[in-house]
Amino acid sequence: MRRVWIVLALTFVSCWPAFAGPQTADHSGGELHFCLRGEPKTFNPLLVEETSSETIRYLTGGVLIRLNRQTQALEPGLATSWKVSADGRTIKFHLRTGLHFSDGTPFTSEDVAYTMKALMDPQLHSPTGDSFRSGEGQVTVQTPSADSVVVTFPAPVAGLERLFDQVAILSAHSPKKEMAVLGPFYVADYAPGSSILLRRNTNYWKKDKEGKPLPYLDSIRLDIQRNRDIELLRFRRGEIHLIDVLDAEYFDRLQKETPAVAHDAGTGLDSEFVWFNQVPTAPFAENKKAWFRSTEFRKAISMAINRDDLSRIVFGGHARPAFGPVSPANHFWFNSSLPAPQYDSAAALRLLAQAGFRLEGSMLRDSSGNRVEFTVITNSGNKSREQMVAMIEQDLSQIGIKVNLVTLDFPSLIERITRTYDYEACLLGLVNTDLDPNSQMNVWLSSAENHQWNPKQSKPATAWEAELDRLMHAQASATSDKKRKADWDRVQQIVAEQQPFIYLVNKDAMSAVSPAVVGSAPSVLDPHAFWNAEVLRLGADPALGAQK
Amino acid sequence: MTPLQKVAASFLCALFALIVLATFLLPAHYARQFRDIPNAGPSSAHPLGTDALGRDFLARLLYGTRVSLLLAPAAALLATLIAAVLGSAAGLLGGWFERIVLAATDLSLALPWLFLLLVVRAMLPLDVPPLVSVVIAFLMMGLLGWQASVRVICAAARGVRDSDFLLLARSSGCRPARLLVRHVAPNLRPLFYAQFFISIPLFILTEANLSILGLGVMEPMPSWGNLMRGFEDFSTLSTNPWRLTPLVLLVIVVMCFHLVLPSQEVAQ
Repeated sequence: MRRVWIVLALTFVSCWPAFAGPQTADHSGGELHFCLRGEPKTFNPLLVEETSSETIRYLTGGVLIRLNRQTQALEPGLATSWKVSADGRTIKFHLRTGLHFSDGTPFTSEDVAYTMKALMDPQLHSPTGDSFRSGEGQVTVQTPSADSVVVTFPAPVAGLERLFDQVAILSAHSPKKEMAVLGPFYVADYAPGSSILLRRNTNYWKKDKEGKPLPYLDSIRLDIQRNRDIELLRFRRGEIHLIDVLDAEYFDRLQKETPAVAHDAGTGLDSEFVWFNQVPTAPFAENKKAWFRSTEFRKAISMAINRDDLSRIVFGGHARPAFGPVSPANHFWFNSSLPAPQYDSAAALRLLAQAGFRLEGSMLRDSSGNRVEFTVITNSGNKSREQMVAMIEQDLSQIGIKVNLVTLDFPSLIERITRTYDYEACLLGLVNTDLDPNSQMNVWLSSAENHQWNPKQSKPATAWEAELDRLMHAQASATSDKKRKADWDRVQQIVAEQQPFIYLVNKDAMSAVSPAVVGSAPSVLDPHAFWNAEVLRLGADPALGAQK
Repeated sequence: MTPLQKVAASFLCALFALIVLATFLLPAHYARQFRDIPNAGPSSAHPLGTDALGRDFLARLLYGTRVSLLLAPAAALLATLIAAVLGSAAGLLGGWFERIVLAATDLSLALPWLFLLLVVRAMLPLDVPPLVSVVIAFLMMGLLGWQASVRVICAAARGVRDSDFLLLARSSGCRPARLLVRHVAPNLRPLFYAQFFISIPLFILTEANLSILGLGVMEPMPSWGNLMRGFEDFSTLSTNPWRLTPLVLLVIVVMCFHLVLPSQEVAQ
């Protein structure tokens, strides 16, 4: 299944402005500078599984179909057209002709066949390939001609064509292997721990409206910089041109100083949420497990949290109350009929009373007289999450519930939520890099590892989880988007009713782009600020940065 | 007492009275959030303004002072006691005992304490009451923070080992334990005080770092350490300079302690 990453306090950003317009700078070229927040683990596009490698793949890889990050529509890439069969198992591509890899090797259907075979090789363990594994059996690739390819899967693959946005085509014949690319740039130099230099691929196939070859930029220098404060400092000094992901605090700081460089593209795909541990074998009191298994209890907690305040105070207004597993930024898959979360502590108390809880003075007690108190863990060093828990603590104290916060280093936290299950509640975020519901299979299936409130179940513990399993399988095997949407809408509805995850906010996608960069049109999807790198260029003033 | 000492003592007395009476003097609890006025400047209702969640900063400062002023000196005292005993004994006795103590100190300095602390956090249950968590954190600081002081004290003790008064005491049949208690320790007392006072701010800042690991003082309970974590945001500091009050208070309190307690011995 595609990747859904539960993350620490890091990540998120984007921007939107409408000024995506065509580039009007009077000259092309220049070197764009920005930072990667970690060392790329691989340059093999089939093995990408973290952000830095994904950035390299995005900038260097040529794909058959490209997802437009702004319109969220699919656009032709190396394939001029494609057709998915009625049974959803076969896709036929018609390829562009006369193209060459960055090293001059010609591009043909053989390269697509070679890439698909490598991608689906079980020995390679490609995370990208996992997205295509819909059933047992071999994937067959036929190349009827040099410009057509037919790929057949053993079972229907939902949203098949969209998956090809992440498949960078490799050369079957180039001696440079994966370093021969079809994207706008190629890796020219790599200084481990320091920087990566990407140069313009002069064999890149795309041209602008006037027929000029793309990309405009001569090169991109990616400095490896883990510290966000330093990244921001370098941006302010003009040493780098953009910050792809900016959190609310830094965004506000930049916006105060130079409003033109800070971009808020609106609600992004990332969400923050809290969940209760419902693992039957978890090492804490049985009475607490009974609370956490109670739908009324979870719904009451959800109703007692003031999400508007979380958005306004913790994120400075750069977030909006979350509805469920899909952000409103995901235009097609978002279930707009879901009720907006309401803050109502009186209604929460009524719901708790129905479930046998009673308020005695300022303390809520369960039917056995136990005081309702639990501990929320989150990852240390993430100020916004600590603040969210502090605010939730005050909200829940209004209904007599005592909340304690414990911050843990990330490995310890992961150990607790995935192995020992020694925790009561957890607040984390979800970074979803994909719009398609299939990317969340590893969250919603009861047998999945990221089914965080009660993972790896041998059979569904509840009727509604069984229903989630059925719906997720149904949408994954359906070929009609309409049918898939109906199933996925129902999943969102069940999640809203049962609140296994209590969604809190969807954060805005924020980024920073220097005015020196012409053609920037930040988007809510990853990558936010350089998704259209091929049409970016540095303006007439080649000096770096926003400030001098 | 000099006039300066009187001022320092008065300040400390006033501060102790203030933190003891904070519960009655302050209009708001340190955890109460006034969500309509986050990051507010000083006003009559909130003399030091509010923090990012709208909590009264004065209330947090006074409660934080209570936590830090009680526990950081306690941890510093524990660490200084351990260092004083080990360092003085090693310096006085010399030989293989000194070598063992110094080797153990070096080894201890080289150990990755961060990982030890992480293990301790992992071993603790999550539902430890906040106060117990705070006490454990400062206890660990006291138990783990003696190494640097041992080296300093040992070097000083070595200096008095061959002094005439110690030779006289030995020749009079004084036993090593009595030598240590009656002759060496009093001569090293200014050094003990210095190590003690150096340790206090160090432990306060260490506590701030420990809270990042899930040890120490957790939200919403304040401490000087976690109040000073806000200093990482320089832009907020420049617009809200009163946020520097925990640092100012820390400096003043340490100076006052230094003036009041050890001055006579230092002068000797």
